[in-house]
Amino acid sequence: MIDILLITLTMSLLYMSIANRLATYLRILVMQGLILFGTTFLTLTDLNTLNLLLIMLETLGFKAIAVPWFMNYIIKKNHITRETEPYLPNFISLLIVTVILVSAIILSSFIEEEFLDKTFFVVAFSTIFSGLYLIVSRKKIITHVIGYIVIENGVFVLSLAVGNEMPMLVNLGIMLDIFATVLILGIFFNKIGDVIKDPDVNLLSNLKDN
Amino acid sequence: MIVLFLIASILISCGLFINRNEFVRYLLVGLFLVLLWGFAVYECFHLNQTEFGFFKTDSLGLLLLLALCVVALPALFHSFRYLEVHNTDETPHSKGLFFGAMVLLITACSVAYLSNHIAVTWIFVEITTLSASTLIYHHRNIRALEGVWKYVFICAISITFIYVGILFLSLSMKRAGIEDMSFTSLYSNRMKLDPYWLKFSFLFIFTGFTAKLGLVPMYTAGIDAKDKAPAPAGALLSSILMNLGFVGLYRVYAILAQTPYQSWANNIMIISGLLSIFVAAVYMTRITNIKRMFAYSSIEHMGLVVLGLSVGGIGTYAAILHILLHTFVKPALFFQYNQIYWVYQSKSIHDVGSYFKYNKTGAIVILLAFISATAMPPSGLFVSEFMIFQSLFEAHHLPMLLVVLLLLTFVMWGFGSNIFKLLFTPPTTIDETKIPRISPWESLSQYLLLGLSVYMAYNPPTALVQLINDAVGLIQ
Repeated sequence: MIDILLITLTMSLLYMSIANRLATYLRILVMQGLILFGTTFLTLTDLNTLNLLLIMLETLGFKAIAVPWFMNYIIKKNHITRETEPYLPNFISLLIVTVILVSAIILSSFIEEEFLDKTFFVVAFSTIFSGLYLIVSRKKIITHVIGYIVIENGVFVLSLAVGNEMPMLVNLGIMLDIFATVLILGIFFNKIGDVIKDPDVNLLSNLKDN
Repeated sequence: MIVLFLIASILISCGLFINRNEFVRYLLVGLFLVLLWGFAVYECFHLNQTEFGFFKTDSLGLLLLLALCVVALPALFHSFRYLEVHNTDETPHSKGLFFGAMVLLITACSVAYLSNHIAVTWIFVEITTLSASTLIYHHRNIRALEGVWKYVFICAISITFIYVGILFLSLSMKRAGIEDMSFTSLYSNRMKLDPYWLKFSFLFIFTGFTAKLGLVPMYTAGIDAKDKAPAPAGALLSSILMNLGFVGLYRVYAILAQTPYQSWANNIMIISGLLSIFVAAVYMTRITNIKRMFAYSSIEHMGLVVLGLSVGGIGTYAAILHILLHTFVKPALFFQYNQIYWVYQSKSIHDVGSYFKYNKTGAIVILLAFISATAMPPSGLFVSEFMIFQSLFEAHHLPMLLVVLLLLTFVMWGFGSNIFKLLFTPPTTIDETKIPRISPWESLSQYLLLGLSVYMAYNPPTALVQLINDAVGLIQ
């Protein structure tokens, strides 16, 4: 069951690489949050109930509900157009994400590690690098934020792989999630919306050396 | 004591955020300074003691904490001058926000220096990102927004990298059967750790810390941040915050030291250090923004520091001395920057000139600070830089030494041509009636900082040498 969930998560990355609208991205984020919720429940069997509850609450409440809802609010408030505006055609994006997936699988075959479930490793790595790809290949600032949240989901999967022995690290990961997302989204994205309408990275490229 | 200090400082910081009263604000800032110095003195007498399980006052932490205390005084003084006297459009709210963020930044750095647990260091690195972003966005215009956006985004990615590194470190510990993640336990079990994951972990943690330390690949965020932040805050960003990155890197590097993988880690650091010096040299020769030029000079110095660290031998000692002296020299330049701006109302090198005519005391500071920052004798940094070159020579890295020397010549040329333009060439257009009179007393702290760096390099107190040698002992 865990494998099915993780593979679905990986498939959502492929879908993300060809999605055309911001609303689709948000739906994928909701889905990823739900998948992480399920995976947490199934993986962290050795944890005490309170800690497990906290982690699950974070995945469900924060990742699947609060963040996508808030992003939706920002998109509406700032009248951001619904196109994702990639720099590259969708077909090439799909190809690149596939290459990322395949390289993660090849990389994992070099690892001989009894303590690490390779599925987690492959999924985490491909999610992190697809997130990075999303950041560099999309024009809008909000898609950069979405890319960062995808990276965080990948990191969360990785932390689940060691979660049973070191619950402290999973809690730390949750701190990272909440802290970074709130900082990026809450404070600054709101401000960017106030200062410039329809934020585009091109408007934020005047600080340079000349 | 450390927890007490942390709680009290956070309370002071919160107090500054909500307070609107002028007198109370300066009372709180003064209280914080007393608290900070009291804390540092207390730690001096409790060297190598573990506190609260997660903190340990070791030599490196104590050295940097003392340097922080020295820099914090002029930083808060110049913040006061900046906000109260020269910037008239400040509101009580913006002043409170600025001082609160300054206090939070100083507190987070000083506590992180003493952390004995990688997760604790990581948490405080996050807090510095939060407070630094408030400082960068102080002027609330679109350029500041751009700077803060880039800074926050890159720092968010960098702390994610450090987190992934910590996860890999935990895998490597699991193989060895170690539970305790404190640095002390990691050092004593360094031979047992699984090499595969340890290498991965070092790679990620190093990349993450480069954002704070100011090295290739993540140096870019820091440059924009120091450009947009008010100069007193920029001084802290380019001294104590960079030291925080150094502490993090040093402690993680110490895990790999004396293991067979040390040379592997050295190679990564050498590549990053060389590239950083290269980047600094390229930009310094064509830069026109004075503040960014100072920021790039920091990148160059950090490149030298990691080179010294990775070559080893006397280089490790020199790296620590270098980072310490840099903590005094760079803020002097940033504090002085404000006076330049008040005279010319511009940070472009094209608009400035004949600074000796308009502000003599300040011009002498700029000249001395230029000599200090480019490490020409009698600068203090000359001593540490010379030792780094010596270590490169002794380790038979001759081609690398030549490349570094060549690049440093470029840096000196770029830095020098801009500074001499500022000091001696007459400006193209300037309205001399509008130039404010700047009190010579505002330059006093810069003289003291520069003097301190010279004194500490040429006549180091025995206690200082002892502390640096202790810190070196972590690696060698």
